[in-house]
Amino acid sequence: MLRYITKRVFAMFLTLLIIATITFFLMKLLPGSPFNNQEKLTESQRYALNEKYGLNDPVPVQYINYLGKLAQGDLGYTFQFDGRTVNSMIANGMGPSATVGFEALVFGTLVGLILGIAAALKHNSFIDYGAMVMAVFGIAIPSFVFAGLLQYYVGVKLGWLPVAFWNGPEYHIMPAFSLSVGVIATVARFMRTEMLEILGTDYILMARSKGISKQAVIIKHCVRNSMIPIITILGPMAIGLITGSLVIENIFAIPGIGEQFVKSINLNDYPVIMGTTLFYSFLIIVIILVVDILYGIIDPRIRVAGGKS
Amino acid sequence: MKKSKWSLLLTLVLVLSMFLAACSGGEKKETGEKKGGNEGDKTEKPAEPQVLNILDGEEIPSMDSSQATDSVSFEVMNNVMEGLYRLDKDNKPTPGVALEHKTNEDGTVYTFTLNPEAKWSDGSKVTANDFVYSWRKALHPDTLSEYAYIMGPVKNANAIQTDGDPLFGKVEELGVKAVDESTLEVTLEAPAPYFLGLTGFATFYPQKEEFVKAQGDKYALEANTLLYNGPFVLNEWKHNEGWQYKKNDNYWDKDAVKLDEINVKIVKDVATSVNLYETGQTDITGLSMEYVDQYKDHEDLYTRGEATVFFLRLNQNSKNSDALKNANIRKAIDMAYDKQSMVDVLLNNGSTPAYYLVPGEFTPGPDGEDFRKTNGNFGGYDLEKAKELWAAGLKELGKETVELELLNYDSDGAKKMGEFFKNQLEKNLPGIKVSIKAQPFKQKLELESKGEYDFSYAGWGPDYQDPMTFLDMFVTDGAHNQMGYSNPDYDKLINDAKKEMDQEKRWEMMLEAEKVLFEDQAISPLYQRGVTGLQKPYVKDLAHHLFGADVSYKWAYIEGKQ
Repeated sequence: MLRYITKRVFAMFLTLLIIATITFFLMKLLPGSPFNNQEKLTESQRYALNEKYGLNDPVPVQYINYLGKLAQGDLGYTFQFDGRTVNSMIANGMGPSATVGFEALVFGTLVGLILGIAAALKHNSFIDYGAMVMAVFGIAIPSFVFAGLLQYYVGVKLGWLPVAFWNGPEYHIMPAFSLSVGVIATVARFMRTEMLEILGTDYILMARSKGISKQAVIIKHCVRNSMIPIITILGPMAIGLITGSLVIENIFAIPGIGEQFVKSINLNDYPVIMGTTLFYSFLIIVIILVVDILYGIIDPRIRVAGGKS
Repeated sequence: MKKSKWSLLLTLVLVLSMFLAACSGGEKKETGEKKGGNEGDKTEKPAEPQVLNILDGEEIPSMDSSQATDSVSFEVMNNVMEGLYRLDKDNKPTPGVALEHKTNEDGTVYTFTLNPEAKWSDGSKVTANDFVYSWRKALHPDTLSEYAYIMGPVKNANAIQTDGDPLFGKVEELGVKAVDESTLEVTLEAPAPYFLGLTGFATFYPQKEEFVKAQGDKYALEANTLLYNGPFVLNEWKHNEGWQYKKNDNYWDKDAVKLDEINVKIVKDVATSVNLYETGQTDITGLSMEYVDQYKDHEDLYTRGEATVFFLRLNQNSKNSDALKNANIRKAIDMAYDKQSMVDVLLNNGSTPAYYLVPGEFTPGPDGEDFRKTNGNFGGYDLEKAKELWAAGLKELGKETVELELLNYDSDGAKKMGEFFKNQLEKNLPGIKVSIKAQPFKQKLELESKGEYDFSYAGWGPDYQDPMTFLDMFVTDGAHNQMGYSNPDYDKLINDAKKEMDQEKRWEMMLEAEKVLFEDQAISPLYQRGVTGLQKPYVKDLAHHLFGADVSYKWAYIEGKQ
């Protein structure tokens, strides 16, 4: 297991290097400069500014310089905010983004599991149809539409929850809930399908015929075995939450990092483009690694290091 | 079997109740706040709480006056800092740190006497050296600010910024001198009647050298690594969330400042701003086009003209087509679309159609008359004439069809504008074919500066309060010309006006220059931008400005909120 993890970590850094290289050269193909006041600069001022930031050097030289700094964990300074490092921007914005994302993921998975299990156990009943109709809506309605509706009706019309901002627990509810709708829907559908399949397998029949109570069979065998595909989709879903949070953060005025992911590209803010891309890549690679390790815990048959020996 | 049903139900109920509990928590809090407000009312204090709650669309990019380039920074700084002069409610320069000033005969040397009461927020005096230090810093190649060009009128400022010039980087050659602690002498390249207003611009603010050096890299990065000398101080600055102003007790004119506290929250989404306005959490919100109809009859609605003008650049250097080299073609295009309905239908936000380059209500001349009023309008929607000119132009070109590309911004509003323009031209001018190329802002600017377009949707806002900030854009090979326009008469008028000592003659030259520009139909003006939004009626006396910072809170107050 340890050898496997070491190998994966090594591969992770290689992947990041490849991502960094591709992003860097693609980014340099963007026309325009990172200066905020581009339209009013004269040629000589622009030259002097480029000189100051090392942007007159050939692109490969800039690339080597960047990698040198990156190796020391220095992501450079942003062009948007005076004197602020990309490291500090990510560090400050990560907290709120991660909190909303995590809350949405946990809440969504829990509710999704409950709905999925209930639907499967009450197959073709009112509960089943109800849960699946909800799931279809959850997938069909984008989180930002849901967020807008919630904000208007719950925030403005009813006045139950704060319209926006990021001050305390009650401020988390609407954003986390809007984000979790997609998660609930996806998890519920997967769980239902998987449960139905497993409920019909021979080993469940056998467990029941051995006299184990239905409750124990469902919890120990059905649910546990149905979790494998759920864990598989948790990875991509977490990634989906990151991109979804970008719009949700805007709507609820949450000081997260999501916005910078897109904005930096429009502004040619090179260090931030690199910083956020690498940061998100890192997150995704770690999530994939964690999912792979979790497989082994849930299902010993897929123990990753097993094949070697 | 029954057990499993119940446990399931129980979990569901638990999850739901968690959610509901949190809901009711929020509700309680809000009513609590409301009660607090009412209690404040009952105590019947003679004055209402002077607290303004507002939103801003962006985090503050910079609080270092020598680095700032954007409207958010300018606005915040205008309220916590002060230059020699500042703009008053009528956009006229009014003394700031300076008590008074004298100029020499030809208007090239300004001697400012500083107000002995002008202090930094640490209690120390604002001295002439603070200005000298800050101005030199802005131009120094190490700090080289993106807005340093604004110092152009000061002697040697341009040379100091130009790499290769013998004066490059020699900031001590800049035309600014501290005669003594409270006397500052500024020498200009040429007389600039707008210079006094310019000293209220962020780049010209003072900085206390001792403090800046002590803070080092941390200077101006947080609310407490900065000294203030304006009507307010930044009491709190939560990056990406918002900031709070408090009245500055060390301010020389603190009796004029009525607001005690201004809370600013960052909100980027217009729908969210409107919802916050509806729930009373902000006193002001901007409105985007799609909201204007909904709030058209709302009593809190305001519209305000700005000094930014949008126009079509007509590129005479285009590699794609030489049609725009022809003056008749250019004139025909300008006359062939209806600017009034474009503004009414597509913008609907207080913008007005433009038949000019220098915006209206922007600069009064030596005679007190607005530049715009004196020069009037040029051209206008005239289909018959447009068709006539178009036919003549095509004949001169020896062509029957012309294909042109419109370089456009990629925002929704701009896209509609582009479609409208294309539609009108293709309907009204036989043989024209317009294609549209929408690009992100920065990429569009890049294509423009390379001259890779036929016509482009462009805008220009003023850097200082003088027609010259618009007019000198189009001198031959000017940095911002970018469309190959060249007319020796125009160049001469602009260059002479820049040197002219007699203000009336100078004004005449600028009026004449604009006429020349439109005789040539160098551009096709679109509209002068307006903004629209909602503002609670109890917010009084906000001062809006046409260049630099958008708003001053110095004189604002709250009246009649309760």
